[in-house]
Amino acid sequence: MTLTEFLQHMANGVSLGSLYALIAIGYTMVYGILRLINFAHGDIFMIAAYVAFFGIGIFSLPWWVSFILAVVITAFIGALIERAGYRPLRNSPRISVLISAIGISFLLENLGLVLFGGRPKAFYRPPVFAQVFLVKGVAVQVLTIYIPLVTIVLLACLLYLVHKTKTGMAMRACSRDFETARLMAINVDRIVSVTFVVGSALAAVGGIMWSLKFPQIHPLMGIFPGLKCFIAAVLGGIGNITGAVIGGFILGILEIMLVAFFPALSGYRDAFAFVILILILLFRPTGILGETMAEKV
Amino acid sequence: MKGITLTVPEGRIVSLIGANGAGKSTTLRAICGLVKPTSGEITYNGKSLVGLPTQDIILEGITMVPEGRRVFPNLTVYENLLLGAYARNDVQGISSDIKRVFELFPRLEERQNQLAGTLSGGEQQMLALGRALMSRPKLLMMDEPSLGLAPLVVKNIFEKIKQIHDEGTTILLIEQNAKAALELSDYAYVLETGKIVLEGTGRELISNSEVKKAYLGEEIIGDF
Repeated sequence: MTLTEFLQHMANGVSLGSLYALIAIGYTMVYGILRLINFAHGDIFMIAAYVAFFGIGIFSLPWWVSFILAVVITAFIGALIERAGYRPLRNSPRISVLISAIGISFLLENLGLVLFGGRPKAFYRPPVFAQVFLVKGVAVQVLTIYIPLVTIVLLACLLYLVHKTKTGMAMRACSRDFETARLMAINVDRIVSVTFVVGSALAAVGGIMWSLKFPQIHPLMGIFPGLKCFIAAVLGGIGNITGAVIGGFILGILEIMLVAFFPALSGYRDAFAFVILILILLFRPTGILGETMAEKV
Repeated sequence: MKGITLTVPEGRIVSLIGANGAGKSTTLRAICGLVKPTSGEITYNGKSLVGLPTQDIILEGITMVPEGRRVFPNLTVYENLLLGAYARNDVQGISSDIKRVFELFPRLEERQNQLAGTLSGGEQQMLALGRALMSRPKLLMMDEPSLGLAPLVVKNIFEKIKQIHDEGTTILLIEQNAKAALELSDYAYVLETGKIVLEGTGRELISNSEVKKAYLGEEIIGDF
């Protein structure tokens, strides 16, 4: 393998990894606050892709309006899911909420199959994102550059929100101690909603960029990315935002490199993520940046 | 809890003493709305607090320093104090209140950028108390402020409580350290398994033989 080839794989890995990172953040934020693995998160990602698809295809909106609308609507749906599916179970045993999350995931997938049909649809790729340029004879899609850039900008905004704003301070407080947070006059329900809005909006951006990169969408498209991003979050140390991003990048780069170096194993690329999950759970259950292992779900 | 009646007059220090499981913490948690009483009345300045969400009760001017301090270990000392003023928007008032807390507890100023989880127990208690003051409470409730602290630190904390009270805050105190609490209090209630069995001024109770026997441990000291 030549250096240029390696660099191209690396660029692909970084680009895939940043998509994983965006989605993994949603898992880790919700886990940090509610100690819940939000299994519906992958389906949120799918909804964003469909909303963007219909915005362009049916309502003939300009692509960027459609994308923004998709992010807003998806964020709202994310908060709605929490309100309807998780909040009523706030004081129930954790396993009940987890079952509710799995139920909502199935509901969204099957609702998708009924409403949108099972046949994959071609996602419109605006010409801006379809450009290809050559670097020393290697073809690079502009998307491969845009995706990590968008991720980094969003990550910077998120870290600002969490560490520098009053709402972020309240989120960090809620992640440790709901009851004392209440004593600070924090409206805990509102903070939980904000968490779902932010996490779902990031997943929506991830879903749209994913659909630009792999322009074919279907109602079950969220399952594998969802599971892999959950693994990325565990790899980085679930509950830790920076950890989720690191986990996402590692997983994306490793996956691409596996396929690049061992083309014979490329059929196992999805299974590979689970091998990593098993290894982490065996040898470092707290993940790379995780400190304390909260109760298992 | 089996139905207790207690009154905290404005400007006083009232304490609630009793053994573990007597229902002291539950009483405070009910006042803050952290647990909902199945029946009964809680009124504050004539206004009923039953059924109000905790954040509204805090806005009424009530606050609690919870048992075990419960500072946010992942936030800095300064951020913990800011959270105490979460409901307020007067930037200047908040920064002058932080200064006041730092005057009361100079230790906190030295450590303001440190994570609260790295503080010693006594410092965490100071922080929890300072954080509670940041909401400018009219009624400050404290659940076992002396728990797990060295005697010297306890003495210091009680001096500060007195100082806070002298500056005009009404205080409702729960303590296992009955002697310290009674010495400080204007009035006190003794709770046993959910019922009030005795009440009186701090001075009266401290010389009451039953209280002496059960809570002040004087007989045990007499054995030596």
